[in-house]
Amino acid sequence: MKSVTEFKTIMTGNDAVAYGAKLARVKFISAYPITPQTTIVEKLASMIANDELDAKYVEVESEHSALAAVFASELTGVRSYTATSSHGLLYMHEMLHWVSGQRLPIVMSVVNRAIGPPWNIWADQSDTINQRDTGWMQVYSESNQEAMDTIIMGYKIAENSEVMLPLMSMEDAFILSHTSEPVTLRDQDLINEYLPDLDLKFRIDIGNPMGYGSYDTPDGTFMELKKDMVDSMKKAVRVIKDETEKFNQMFDTNYGGLVERYRMDDADYALIAMGTVASTARFVVDKLREKGLNIGLIRIRYFRPFPYDDILEDLKNIKAAGVIDRSVSFGYAGATYSEIVSALYGKINIPVSSFIVGIGGRDVRIEDIEKIADTVRNESSGVYWINVKKVI
Amino acid sequence: MVLVPVSTVSTRNHPTDSWRIQRPTIQYDKCIRCMICWKYCPDNAIEIENGDESAPNERIAKMEYPVINYSFCKGCGICANECPEKCIDMEFEVIE
Repeated sequence: MKSVTEFKTIMTGNDAVAYGAKLARVKFISAYPITPQTTIVEKLASMIANDELDAKYVEVESEHSALAAVFASELTGVRSYTATSSHGLLYMHEMLHWVSGQRLPIVMSVVNRAIGPPWNIWADQSDTINQRDTGWMQVYSESNQEAMDTIIMGYKIAENSEVMLPLMSMEDAFILSHTSEPVTLRDQDLINEYLPDLDLKFRIDIGNPMGYGSYDTPDGTFMELKKDMVDSMKKAVRVIKDETEKFNQMFDTNYGGLVERYRMDDADYALIAMGTVASTARFVVDKLREKGLNIGLIRIRYFRPFPYDDILEDLKNIKAAGVIDRSVSFGYAGATYSEIVSALYGKINIPVSSFIVGIGGRDVRIEDIEKIADTVRNESSGVYWINVKKVI
Repeated sequence: MVLVPVSTVSTRNHPTDSWRIQRPTIQYDKCIRCMICWKYCPDNAIEIENGDESAPNERIAKMEYPVINYSFCKGCGICANECPEKCIDMEFEVIE
């Protein structure tokens, strides 16, 4: 039996994420500070300055440049990392496509924060939902521990030879990023066993020059390259499940694959949520169960690839479902809601409602989720804004 | 395995001379071999050759000199603009 040096301590989500990157043995970091992400890269910079982490840290003038620098370093076969938030992520938008299109398995942390105007630094998932179609996998964590472990699992999944797509790992602003929780720091030797060194097949090699970022024609392979990204996203579903299971076994954790289910086995009604709202929803589920309502919770961990098959399986015996989103598509409903209804279309015909909560960091209270559960129980379908004031 | 966009076909096989409207010409008898044109060319279309006969004097004749690769020069004129001796002429291309 190997000696395992796991260490339980208390830290913020941002510190946990920084330790996740350290455990994943990242060799290159480039970032631009933005609240509430700043303390992640601050922590990593201090680790490098104190010789606790053997990596290169490059300061740049913008988020666009940060991801461009990480793109270039990863392309030399070096495991690279960056972190951002909100407007910074939006500024990276072009480079997001370059990274996924070049099939670079970069992992990036994003602290979910609202997009202005007005300026607002609080929790809101609109920033990453905006990046849905960039070819990045997206994971939303619910705890500091999960945020740390997701960085490590993220590299393992992204670097799988069947996947080779970048991954965004999310934490809700302040609710995770700046809140301290108990976190177990993983044993480095065990992590090394789980996550081997990066071996990038196509990388910049002076001895074997090739063209990167070249152009392609309508008759070339452009269309095939894009289709291959979709195929890989589908293959990622299996890889995510396998790698999460492997992690669970090695580290005695209990992460769901693409979704996490809570009291769903005999449920008549289902709440579906993503990120920290799920913690409040879980509490409400327990409360309503005591009152005799058979309700359960599905927490979406992966928004891309979206767990279409899991959702179909989970909702087949459900009478009605409510989808809670901390983002909105102007002119429609919540982003997760539209994914869920398209998953169900033509297969399962139940009322599904969209609930918009916590926009711009507005507190999502227990009574809000209770109100949502009430609406779901009435088997209505529609789009509802929760805890919103009448201002005109 | 996944499809990765990597090209093995060199851009050397794709000449861009037809893009050029103006053609730079170096007057080698005035050129002092400072290589500023080579440094500034944004397209690496100026190459370096060993010693030249047509140099203004024997000392310069032993020095390396710049040669414009007209297969890739796009005629931007930066070399002519930067040349301290003003010995690069820009002339309109003539289609015969």
